[in-house]
Amino acid sequence: MVFLEFEKSLEKLYEQLDKIRQVSIEGDIDVSDKITELEAKINKKKKEIYSNLTGWQKVQLSRHPERPYTQYYIDQICKNFVELHGDRRFGDDKAIVGGIGQINGQSVVIMGHQKGVNTKMRQYRNFGMANPEGYRKALRLMKLAEKFNYPVICLIDTPGAFPGIEAEERGQGEAIARNLYEMAELKVPILCYVIGEGASGGALGIGLGDRVFMMEYTWFSVISPESCSSILWRSWDHKETAAESLKLTPEHMLEFGLIDDILKEPLGGAHTDPDKIAKSLKSHIKKELAIQMELSADDRINNRLEKYSKMGHFEMAKSKSKKAK
Amino acid sequence: MYKLEDFNSNAIVMAKEDSMGWFKRLKDNVQTSTKFKKEAPDGFWQKCRKCGATNTAKELKENLFICPTCDHHVRIGSHDYFDLLFDGKYEELFSDLISKDFLEFTDLKPYIDRLKAAHKKTELNDAISVAEGKIHRKRIVIAAMDFSFIGGSMGSVVGEKIAMAIDRSLETRTPLMIISKSGGARMMESAFSLMQMAKTSAKLAQLGRAGIPYFSFLTDPTTGGVTASYAMLGDLNFAEPEALIGFAGPRVIKETIKRDLPEGFQTSEFLLESGFLDFIVHRKDLKDKLGELLNILEVQEAAS
Repeated sequence: MVFLEFEKSLEKLYEQLDKIRQVSIEGDIDVSDKITELEAKINKKKKEIYSNLTGWQKVQLSRHPERPYTQYYIDQICKNFVELHGDRRFGDDKAIVGGIGQINGQSVVIMGHQKGVNTKMRQYRNFGMANPEGYRKALRLMKLAEKFNYPVICLIDTPGAFPGIEAEERGQGEAIARNLYEMAELKVPILCYVIGEGASGGALGIGLGDRVFMMEYTWFSVISPESCSSILWRSWDHKETAAESLKLTPEHMLEFGLIDDILKEPLGGAHTDPDKIAKSLKSHIKKELAIQMELSADDRINNRLEKYSKMGHFEMAKSKSKKAK
Repeated sequence: MYKLEDFNSNAIVMAKEDSMGWFKRLKDNVQTSTKFKKEAPDGFWQKCRKCGATNTAKELKENLFICPTCDHHVRIGSHDYFDLLFDGKYEELFSDLISKDFLEFTDLKPYIDRLKAAHKKTELNDAISVAEGKIHRKRIVIAAMDFSFIGGSMGSVVGEKIAMAIDRSLETRTPLMIISKSGGARMMESAFSLMQMAKTSAKLAQLGRAGIPYFSFLTDPTTGGVTASYAMLGDLNFAEPEALIGFAGPRVIKETIKRDLPEGFQTSEFLLESGFLDFIVHRKDLKDKLGELLNILEVQEAAS
């Protein structure tokens, strides 16, 4: 198990637990009382830690190296999944995976950002940072869904769209913009789930939908706390403050009306019980799809437009701008 | 009066390095800290950022803020474009919308103070102005951004005014042009500014369904969330010469890939070559070009 810095107190307790178990096996002694006691202690400590997480701690949890990624969820919740590759224009982006499959008997198109599970794979997946061909592959799959009237499910987990020379040459901005435009008027239901990091345009590029949800220990923001610190504070040292200021947690996003619901995670994060979170994701999708499938395509598109049109806060000035004629 | 000590440090370094030149620059780049920088008065002379030629402000203005020596297009504001493009009178719309510090955001300075300072400096209410008028007797709605207002950043007000401009275009079946000039989304409004990308794109899709032309005019600079939403979604995309246009900023790319960027990277010319612009238009030709386009792209009656 990997422990984050604010989980260090748990690490000691888990070490103790391991030792006691070892002793019981080696010495054939009954220590079940001791174990129950320790487990209760761990549970209490966990509740204490995870009920008061700061924004920055949630960011850290969303990046936990053992956290399940898109491919894991697809494997767990989809039957007969067939991965589809390529944007038919330039290439196949490994940072976004997607394809067709079935969830509870319903055919769906499902896709998401994919990070690697070890050093080699992380590079292969470009750390979940997509190039334009990734967004164009995503759009191609959405169009396929539209053609056959299948709903679309997007899993979001990216530190941002890749900032590279080739990405710019091939139109990173255009690729994301085009997705937003097309997703706004896609005829089939779109459900989006932030399962890890939701950074900026790179996340939004597959993140516009009828319903947008966030798992409990994730974040969604216009910029990562680190970059925000470097730009606004002109130093990398203010990431914790930036994370607070950006109000990027699921609770904030729900309060602002920018997302529709929060998916509870197992205490301590999705990685502590991946099976459980996959099951609750599956039942959540089932419930939400049933609602969306009831509506006509026109209603869904109108609702989507109305939902996004409402986003924003502003007020009226007492006087007109001086430049106005 | 200067004292001898002022020169000593230089003298020592020169002796040590056995330098050939008389004057050796000991430290690279400009050393003046921001607070000691002098704001040059707008009045008299302006030095061209590209070629260094000095022109009087009057000369520049008469030349549509284009450097007479090197043709460099100086950044101008929304109302300069309105004056340049409209046949005389125009009506400014929705100008009383102002930003709200909904998140109570504070970095080195509270956001609310930044807003006040920007308002005082620019006399504008936010980073975009919308106006309706005629270009060569054809009606058009123009939303133009101001870089001088917090880097032309897109927050809730920019998104809402674009949405309102689109509604106006829809009501009156008038073509829309957005003049982009922005560093991207406004960080101080966090996820709200991010969602303006979705909002403006969704509204543009609605405009598209109604069959009303949308021109995206990209000027220096157009980057970040603006590029990744309405700036790249024009039925026609065109730009001023040598404008910086991109998704990620050049500094970020350089830091990520750890090598120098090719010359001319992320300029209008580069984007034209990569297939993301329809053409580049000189500021002097802009009005006539738009007149031509509006003539050809006559708005059709709504299909019933």
